[in-house]
Amino acid sequence: MSGTFVGMPSFPRAAKEAVHNKTLRDNLRHATHTIRDKRAKAVAELADWAELREAGKQIKDHTLRHLDRYLVQLESRVTEAGGTVHWAADADEANRIVADLVKATGESEVVKVKSMATQEIGLNEALEAEGIAAYETDLAELIVQLGDDRPSHILVPAIHRNRGEIRDIFREKMADWGRAAPHGLSDTPADLAEAARLHLREKFLRAKVGISGANFMVAETGTLVVFESEGNGRMCLTLPETLISVVGIEKVVPTWRDLEVFLQTLPRSSTAERMNPYTSTWTGTADGDGPRTFHLVLLDNGRTDTLADEVGRQALRCIRCSACLNVCPVYERAGGHAYGSVYPGPIGAILSPQLRGTQSEIDASLPYASSLCGACYEVCPVAIDIPEVLVHLRERVADQGGKGHRVEKAAMKAAGWVLDHPGVLGAGERVASRTRKLHPSKLPGAGAWTRSRELPEMPAEPFRDWWKKNRKPKSDGKKP
Amino acid sequence: MTTDPSIDPSGTPRSGSRERILARIRAAVADAPDAPEVTRDYLDTHTPDSTMVDLLAENLADYRAVVHRTDSAGLAELLRQLLAEHGSRTVLVPPGLPPSWLASADPTRIPDREESTAQELDEVDSVVTGCAVAIAETGTIVLDGGPDQGRRRISLVPDHHICVVRAPEQVVASVPQAMPRLDPTRPLTWISGPSATSDIELDRVEGVHGPRTLEVVLVED
Ligand code: SF4
Repeated sequence: MSGTFVGMPSFPRAAKEAVHNKTLRDNLRHATHTIRDKRAKAVAELADWAELREAGKQIKDHTLRHLDRYLVQLESRVTEAGGTVHWAADADEANRIVADLVKATGESEVVKVKSMATQEIGLNEALEAEGIAAYETDLAELIVQLGDDRPSHILVPAIHRNRGEIRDIFREKMADWGRAAPHGLSDTPADLAEAARLHLREKFLRAKVGISGANFMVAETGTLVVFESEGNGRMCLTLPETLISVVGIEKVVPTWRDLEVFLQTLPRSSTAERMNPYTSTWTGTADGDGPRTFHLVLLDNGRTDTLADEVGRQALRCIRCSACLNVCPVYERAGGHAYGSVYPGPIGAILSPQLRGTQSEIDASLPYASSLCGACYEVCPVAIDIPEVLVHLRERVADQGGKGHRVEKAAMKAAGWVLDHPGVLGAGERVASRTRKLHPSKLPGAGAWTRSRELPEMPAEPFRDWWKKNRKPKSDGKKP
Repeated sequence: MTTDPSIDPSGTPRSGSRERILARIRAAVADAPDAPEVTRDYLDTHTPDSTMVDLLAENLADYRAVVHRTDSAGLAELLRQLLAEHGSRTVLVPPGLPPSWLASADPTRIPDREESTAQELDEVDSVVTGCAVAIAETGTIVLDGGPDQGRRRISLVPDHHICVVRAPEQVVASVPQAMPRLDPTRPLTWISGPSATSDIELDRVEGVHGPRTLEVVLVED
């Protein structure tokens, strides 16, 4: 089972461990740079990218402004189409609803298509506690689940594993979960994919209950949409008798036509393809085709708190494309696990502290896990101004702790971690000077914290030297 | 029967969370500025009509679908040949597939039936379907469960899918042009190339769970 995030160390501690793991760093660097370059090409094919980005932003903003109306409309359309809609205020409620629905079918195992919402609420663990086995069927998720690991990237959750590691995991663990790895399994990607195909097909063909998330829900028609590549999504969405989809309330869009924007921007931003291999849409249940029972669980779990924050609410526009991860100099070095959440990278740094609040050390440190270079904003297909939200959240963290307070210490350590990694800051500064007014002419903990300490404004380059000279060494003499 | 107290026996939810969440949303956006209607300044197409079918062929091939071009008169012979080359002994047939398409094909026809189990479908070698729309710019075919396409699972479980596209009637240039031609109340499957994964060191591998081979036949008269 993939581990939970409870008791995660704050960002700098986790990041420090990550940068010492050379394999991890190399895997990450290779992956992020490959996707980054391909993505730029895929985006350049569309002359109207800027207009699509603006439309995507506007659709999401408009929906969020009238979210109550669109959710109610969605609910009636899904119900009319033969589905049942449930509302879950938090993770516990969502997990209980799903567990009860599964139990009502009399089944004790379910197949799952990768879903960030169900990871966010810890659904697999909750089901396990009720005696229900949840099988992740996305190849990367399978690697993560068999390896008793956590996903480290939104899109390629096993980005931190290379082929040799994956072969070892398959050889050692597959038999515990079902069909064993073929004898003499090699480490070529084709052989590894074939092993996964055989292992999972056995599960798909007997599955009675499928669980999914959704990329979008259309209020006007009650249609749910899932983007994927492998076909495991199609297996989970069409073969079982019962389908349960757990979806964040922010995933609704008003009209069918609105999808034309995201069908163009999401695949290009995420996998750098013109279109992902498979997109499935379904509206309630269909006669003789696919599941006979459909349940939609609408999840709040901190989203309404996020919506109430006038600067931070833009994070709810996120379509989880992961483009911001691939351009982030901090993510590239720290890896996804350091963020202590299912949402890593720049979007994780603003979404997690909003969904969970900033009281824990990890959440207080996340807004500082950035050089504010602005590359994430440039690349975001719905124009979320991540640096603006980071600065805003830093103020919130600063306001809640006094000097020497536990959360402030965590926050300052994270800022220190970024400053201690010249490559991170350097990469950031280069982009920043080119692109944004948010150049770190002040400590990259702008806002209240800097103001209250009256830091002189200074150019970025000398700032690192200033920091080195002025920060106090910890009592053990190590860097903070 | 459900054991969840928040769901009554008819399956209707009755928890207070619905009202609570809606009330929280209303409070959260009470002071938010008005959000204007969406401006759609983006393009309806990026492709001149005259090159549409060629572009479709190119983009399909780019995604490692195998593309064939023929006319109505050559279709039956081409399908016979493709099934023979694949060594297929059985082929799944949607209820409304024009019988002439498979008039010369050798494999045993397996009808698409609701009561077939997934295991039975797994035994079938190939499937032949039509499509609802094909999108040139993205190299995508869209199936909508129409009579010549059948249930979603028949284009998923067998390892070999042959999809017939009538050009130019079924071809549109772009995604925005495809939307009004599709009916969202039917289940849709958008397919761009065969099943693929890039999860292992970003090396693309075809055919993880869906068909490993996708052949698209463009029929132009
Ligand atoms: S914040 Fe933007 S770039 Fe990052 S995952 Fe979300 S939509 Fe994609």
